[in-house]
Amino acid sequence: MSLAYQIVVCGSIVPDPLQTLEPVTGPAGPALKNEMMLPAWLDPWAAHALFEGAHLAKAHPGSKLTLVSLSPKAKLQQVMMTVAQKVPFELVALDGPANGFTDSAETAAALADAIQSLAGRDPARLLVFGGWESASRGAGTTLQVIAERLGIADVFLGVDSLKVAGDGSLEILERVEGGKHQVSRCAGPPAVLGWATGSLPEPKNNPQVGMLNMRGVMPALQKAKPVKIAAEGMAFASVNVPKQLRETRIVKDASPEQIAAEIVQWIKS
Amino acid sequence: METILFLAHTETDGSLGKPALEALGAAKALSDALAGSPLVVGLFGADVQSAAAAVATCGATKILAVAGADFAASRYATDAAAAEALAKTAGATLVIAAGTSRLLRCLPGVAARLGGRANTHVTGLAAGEGKVTVNRWYYRQRMEGAFTRVQRPWFIVLDPGSQPAWQGAPGHATVETVAVTLPDSAKRTTVAGFREPAADAQTIRPDAALLFVAGAGWTKKQADGQTHVPDAEKLIREFLQLTRASLGSSKSLVDLGGEGQAVLSFLSHLNQIGQTGATPRHPRGLSACCHGEEPHTVGWRFVNERRAISLDPNCGWARGKADVLYVADAFAVMAKVNELLKSAAGA
Ligand SMILES: Cc1cc2nc3c(=O)[nH]c(=O)nc-3n(C[C@H](O)[C@H](O)[C@H](O)COP(=O)(O)OP(=O)(O)OC[C@H]3O[C@@H](n4cnc5c(N)ncnc54)[C@H](O)[C@@H]3O)c2cc1C
Repeated sequence: MSLAYQIVVCGSIVPDPLQTLEPVTGPAGPALKNEMMLPAWLDPWAAHALFEGAHLAKAHPGSKLTLVSLSPKAKLQQVMMTVAQKVPFELVALDGPANGFTDSAETAAALADAIQSLAGRDPARLLVFGGWESASRGAGTTLQVIAERLGIADVFLGVDSLKVAGDGSLEILERVEGGKHQVSRCAGPPAVLGWATGSLPEPKNNPQVGMLNMRGVMPALQKAKPVKIAAEGMAFASVNVPKQLRETRIVKDASPEQIAAEIVQWIKS
Repeated sequence: METILFLAHTETDGSLGKPALEALGAAKALSDALAGSPLVVGLFGADVQSAAAAVATCGATKILAVAGADFAASRYATDAAAAEALAKTAGATLVIAAGTSRLLRCLPGVAARLGGRANTHVTGLAAGEGKVTVNRWYYRQRMEGAFTRVQRPWFIVLDPGSQPAWQGAPGHATVETVAVTLPDSAKRTTVAGFREPAADAQTIRPDAALLFVAGAGWTKKQADGQTHVPDAEKLIREFLQLTRASLGSSKSLVDLGGEGQAVLSFLSHLNQIGQTGATPRHPRGLSACCHGEEPHTVGWRFVNERRAISLDPNCGWARGKADVLYVADAFAVMAKVNELLKSAAGA
């Protein structure tokens, strides 16, 4: 039984991790210094979710892949220049803050509303994907709130594999403690899956895919609905970058024997 | 005044895991620090009797439980139903729980269901002037924030290893059973089991005293112009066998597998530490052949003592992140390390 899925991937943008990140206190609470100047990426685990979604959509003809992103739209536009070249998708953009200090409950409410109002939404075909944690808030709390708002009872977190069985049921591998995967079988959609790394390499840029995607991406960005996201009810006492710098002892001209002896002594002490 | 619910699931043998006892320690400390804030225990699982007995003397006013075969396995719908019922019955305003994979998955949804909020990966918890403040890290362990919030119930999910575990004698527990009627929709998912490498091939050992982190340098051309991946594999495997260390990897090294290059056969993305990997807690860490860029080193945030072996004296580690940097050939050093460990084991 092959089903045409409606795959909705929730993914935001995050600053390039090679940049120095510094917190500042803004009018609405903590924020990143020069946030709008920092080069941004699609949140890495959400990007894996997008690639896995595209793979699933390709294997099930008639499926549709939608990326729903709540981020500052000017930054999202920059990120789309590369992401849109990776895999075919339709964009639904919401214009609002994406920094790590916002509250996931508010973000999830806005994303759930956007999913609710997708044209032709059919719970029997709906798979909501996202990263299992963002690289900004790093909480892993958004997708469950979306599930609750959409009335979806099956949620999986830390997913590395999704296989569709002959009867349409889903076999899902989730990361659990101790380097293991839990294997679950879900009757079928609707389900919410927070992806970890999955198993697919990042697709190469394909300018043709980019051209096709951009036809929809630009209008989607233009009509991006502004969304007010804050951290209602939260009061930050501090946000600090840890200052302590270790005094690294650099051992340069020692023999392998000397170094090995020191390491073994350290391990055994 | 708060009503503090310590919420936990039992392990497959009916016990409570160490992370759960750490959460209980934190919940108890909070109840002691906040005047007039009782502690309630809420347990769920197949059978909770021995877990309840194990925490019977913690000073809780009540021990509530949702038990039965339907609650044995880790499944969102049933876990959420159990946690919801326990939080409601307790009238909890604060719910303190361990960040196990099972609770991390269900509690944010339960918080939403009850009109509350959840904060996960909490590493610090304090009470002062009647207010609760939590600490957690942002931007993948780059910066630490401390905050309070007004919404209730507030689910505070603690990072395992971040708190001292509750210690106390077992006792007689009177358990109040909370009935949960599950709709059919809660059973659309069944848990078929676990998949893991064979015991001796399992390189992820969360309780190990040492984390050994391998970088992509192990697969790079060496001084003789050749790569030596089989040697690297043998050295690392032997070291792990001799020390029972846990194995971490840089992203570059695990990614090579996806790119079709020769890599260490026992590595998977589960070993990756850093920005898009894990941030495990171990007392000690030794890295070899890593370059130490920021997205990699954030994976070491919770490793206390850190040493590195690299050919590059300017490696990221030299910039104040490791205690010792050995500028040396890791192949030569690790061969000698293994020799010493073997002779010590034989002695
Ligand atoms: C969005 C994003 C997310 C990322 N997430 C992560 C992450 O989660 N985890 C992560 O690790 N990285 C991550 N990175 C990548 C990170 O920035 C580095 O590129 C990566 O960690 C480098 O890997 P490496 O140190 O293993 O390899 P390399 O940079 O290739 O360094 C290899 C080192 O090995 C040394 N070497 C070679 N041979 C020997 C020898 N015989 N003895 C001793 N030393 C030797 C070399 O001198 C060199 O210093 C991320 C990057 C981005 C952009």
